[in-house]
Amino acid sequence: MTSPAKSTWAGVLRTPVGAGAAGLLAAVLLLAVLAPLLWSDQASAVDTGRILEGPSGEHWMGTDGLGRDIFFRVLVATGLSVGLALLATAVGVGAGLLLGTAPMLLGRRAGRLVTAVVNIAVAFPGLLLALFFAVVFGVGATGAVLAIGFALAPAFARLAQTLVAKVAGLDYVAAARIAGLGRLRLLVRHVLPNIAEPLVVNATIAAGAALLTFSGLSFLGLGVQAPLYDWGRLLGDGLSSLYVHPAAALAPGTAVVVAGLAFNLFGEAIAKGIGMRTTPVLLRPRVRSAPAARPAVTGEQEPVLAVDDLRVAFPGSTPVRGVSFALRRGEAVGIVGESGSGKTLTALALAQLIEEPGEVSADRLDFLGRPLLDLPARERRHLLGTSFAMVFQDPMTSFNPTQRIGRQLAEVSEQHDGLTRGQALDRAVDRLQAVRVPAAARRAKQFPHEFSGGMRQRAMIGMGMMGAPALIVADEPTTALDVTVQRQVLRLLDSVRTADDVALLLISHDITVVRQFCERVLVMYAGRIVEDLPAADLPARARHPYTRALLAAVPDMSTDRERPLAVIPGRPVDPADVPRGCAFAARCPLADEQCTSADPPLVPDEDGRRVACWHADAVTGLPLVAEEVRVGE
Amino acid sequence: MSELTFEGVSVRFGGRRHGLTAVDGVDLTVPGGSVVGLVGESGSGKSTLARAAVGLAPLHAGRILLDGEPVRRGRRSRPALQMVFQDPYSSLDPRMTIGDSIAEATPRRGPARRAEVTRLLDLVGLGADRARAYPGQLSGGQCQRVALARALAGDPRVLIADEITSALDVSIQGAVLNLVREVQRELRLSLLFISHDLAVVRYVSDFIAVMYLGRIVEYGPAEAVLTDPSHPYTRELLAAVSEPVSTGEADPALRAVADVEPADPHAPPPGCRFHPRCPVGPAVLDGRDLCRESEPVPQGHRHLAACHFAAGR
Ligand SMILES: Nc1ncnc2c1ncn2[C@@H]1O[C@H](COP(=O)(O)OP(=O)(O)OP(=O)(O)O)[C@@H](O)[C@H]1O
Ligand code: SF4
Ligand code: SF4
Ligand SMILES: [Mg+2]
Repeated sequence: MTSPAKSTWAGVLRTPVGAGAAGLLAAVLLLAVLAPLLWSDQASAVDTGRILEGPSGEHWMGTDGLGRDIFFRVLVATGLSVGLALLATAVGVGAGLLLGTAPMLLGRRAGRLVTAVVNIAVAFPGLLLALFFAVVFGVGATGAVLAIGFALAPAFARLAQTLVAKVAGLDYVAAARIAGLGRLRLLVRHVLPNIAEPLVVNATIAAGAALLTFSGLSFLGLGVQAPLYDWGRLLGDGLSSLYVHPAAALAPGTAVVVAGLAFNLFGEAIAKGIGMRTTPVLLRPRVRSAPAARPAVTGEQEPVLAVDDLRVAFPGSTPVRGVSFALRRGEAVGIVGESGSGKTLTALALAQLIEEPGEVSADRLDFLGRPLLDLPARERRHLLGTSFAMVFQDPMTSFNPTQRIGRQLAEVSEQHDGLTRGQALDRAVDRLQAVRVPAAARRAKQFPHEFSGGMRQRAMIGMGMMGAPALIVADEPTTALDVTVQRQVLRLLDSVRTADDVALLLISHDITVVRQFCERVLVMYAGRIVEDLPAADLPARARHPYTRALLAAVPDMSTDRERPLAVIPGRPVDPADVPRGCAFAARCPLADEQCTSADPPLVPDEDGRRVACWHADAVTGLPLVAEEVRVGE
Repeated sequence: MSELTFEGVSVRFGGRRHGLTAVDGVDLTVPGGSVVGLVGESGSGKSTLARAAVGLAPLHAGRILLDGEPVRRGRRSRPALQMVFQDPYSSLDPRMTIGDSIAEATPRRGPARRAEVTRLLDLVGLGADRARAYPGQLSGGQCQRVALARALAGDPRVLIADEITSALDVSIQGAVLNLVREVQRELRLSLLFISHDLAVVRYVSDFIAVMYLGRIVEYGPAEAVLTDPSHPYTRELLAAVSEPVSTGEADPALRAVADVEPADPHAPPPGCRFHPRCPVGPAVLDGRDLCRESEPVPQGHRHLAACHFAAGR
């Protein structure tokens, strides 16, 4: 089995930019090794008869003051230029690593001192440091290598410190520490391998910079000394005769730029490749919330929301495969299911927040009697903006961290409702009070990070209530909260619902919470609703094997402590690879041939409860706690 | 079987002025071979207490004893205390095969080591062929099994499990809970089991300790704490998991108390730390000013409860 890192690097090489940069860099490095071996003689052959000549068939880039061929000199200089730049980078990275890992190795007090020194050094511009060190170490190649190396060191030390600190805080380092590993072993085994990737990327880019700086020092006469020569010196020599013979300066100049680019592009390409792996697939969309407006006029019987055969598709997978349900005014409905079952995507699709390349389709998606998918974009925005509120799991990511809470609430009314700044702010304070944020006027002036999790969640609900929402969709609104705070938030949602007759769709992985809070429960599995039943029917009258398994697998306050918990064998379905027939068949104790060949439809019974299972009626007889199945899921 | 004892343990973070005492004078015993469940809200100091036990957080005051002896922690001394963490993915080095991760924690060397890895993988219900897999290739539940195997590799006498199922899917959580219980019984380990989920704690624990703002406010046999909770905070926790959510109290004082924000650990309230939120405290009932003035100590009731009015309600 290959380590995860290798595939990333291979992936980078497959992109056009990555492959191009890698090719260029390989060419430069190859030239650096081979050119001095192959063409040293040609490059140093003096021909006093042909001094300072322009480009010709014999000398492509002309000749210098001693009649030597400039083209060959530039080629041969690759060796010294690249070699010295790499050496300087190595010095810089080495010194940086020593300084950067010192805090971890030396312990807290000495570490703090090192950190302070690095922080001061980082503040100086690199070129200034390089010049300073060049003077200190004296003129010459060795001096220049050390100078550039030490000039690079502070930045690397800082980088290494940050990376080390991040990795050292992870649990696996803690676990190794508990196991008694010494600091040095910890560093070598667990920390360095995990920070190597970004370090190598930065070193590659730094090598490009070192190359440029080195050329600069040599150009100034501080670097490589005659009779040795690198690109910087060739450039210096060429520049004196620039007007007579521009090629003599252009050739080494171009070489510096091309080689510098090769290092830089390659570094950037790898950085992008690594970044790509960590970019989330689905961007957290911005919250949409309701500004003040009249609720749309609707008939009494009309559902707030009617969904028929809703599908959400991404290239290669369809994580929501035909969801149908309706919500009445003032009704509280819960959606439960494990992660990946399509709960959040369903919510996002209702709010029209699915982004490219995702696609939403439905036979019917009516909100307050209007077909959302067919409305012109402006009208749809207005309708959702005025009557639809959404609350997300992590309110920290749904608020702008740089703006005061009150301002963010007020903005909604200002924008959609034409309130003045002052009026809007008053309303914001009023709404914060309505969601029981204590000292609302003072709180409105605070930033999101000054709110506790539960308080932020209330502010989020308050934001949804800046208007008069007909529907609140809450996606795991309490998952990040403690039980007691969770209850506060649920109680708040409940009072909003009963006071204003707002329909509520509560999405949660926690069937216990949904049971306590909702009138009706929709159970989702692999992108479908598999059961729809009154909360009061749980647990005894659940009919779908998955619902029953879920109930048995989660301990509650009456679970028999002497028996092992029931286990659902197997793993959740991968949305990219949904099996034929019933998606639960692989994990279902009742599965038979019919189940694996045809997908059971969601059929209603006379009481309006719905279930999608061929053998639903066989299930109710089974004991709730299934036999224990021990599996390595 | 070993007994783990915390004696007046305090852990402080930060400087004198802006610091906070995350764990404040905690006395707690994990009797040999039994499971103590530790519940409490986020920020109450549960994880800090656990990290202090394994030496990841510095003690400000107090002692941690194993069978009456201070826990020794040296380079090569075999760690008798082991810990399993919450996040299954960050608790394994992504660049090491799981076999190497487990091997690193075993005291054995040479070929015995490989056999030990196989035995441990088998113990947690994974095949020996998985030894060469990287954590990225395993599910969350499987990673948690590996983390457990690694913790068991050092032959610990006491195991600490910090929210080990809260990052897992409900259908997988059950399997991990079964495994932990099985292993604990089989190896007769002492286990400190931390979770914010009271139902989960109830399922695995013999004793239950309730933590609030750095203090243990109630401790006793699981059955007693759950059926007859003495501390109002414990009663709140129990209500949260067993009663349906409703718009709540008609009494405005009770409602106000129910909506109070959790206290700021940087500035714990004086007297009883729970008093601003207590439904039977000074904010609701007259004549309970004592709660604001003096801090109750856990003593004197059927089981330990730090409340002036634990007995009388
Ligand atoms: N390294 C640290 N530096 C400063 N403060 C810290 C540090 N670690 C924890 N804290 C603080 O100590 C308090 C207790 O934290 P701890 O992680 O122990 O809580 P917890 O009960 O485990 O919560 P949760 O249920 O969220 O895991 C919190 O206020 C937290 O912010
Ligand atoms: S249809 Fe068959 S496989 Fe699917 S849940 Fe019902 S019994 Fe199980
Ligand atoms: S001491 Fe007073 S405030 Fe504290 S828990 Fe007991 S009754 Fe409530
Ligand atoms: Mg914790």
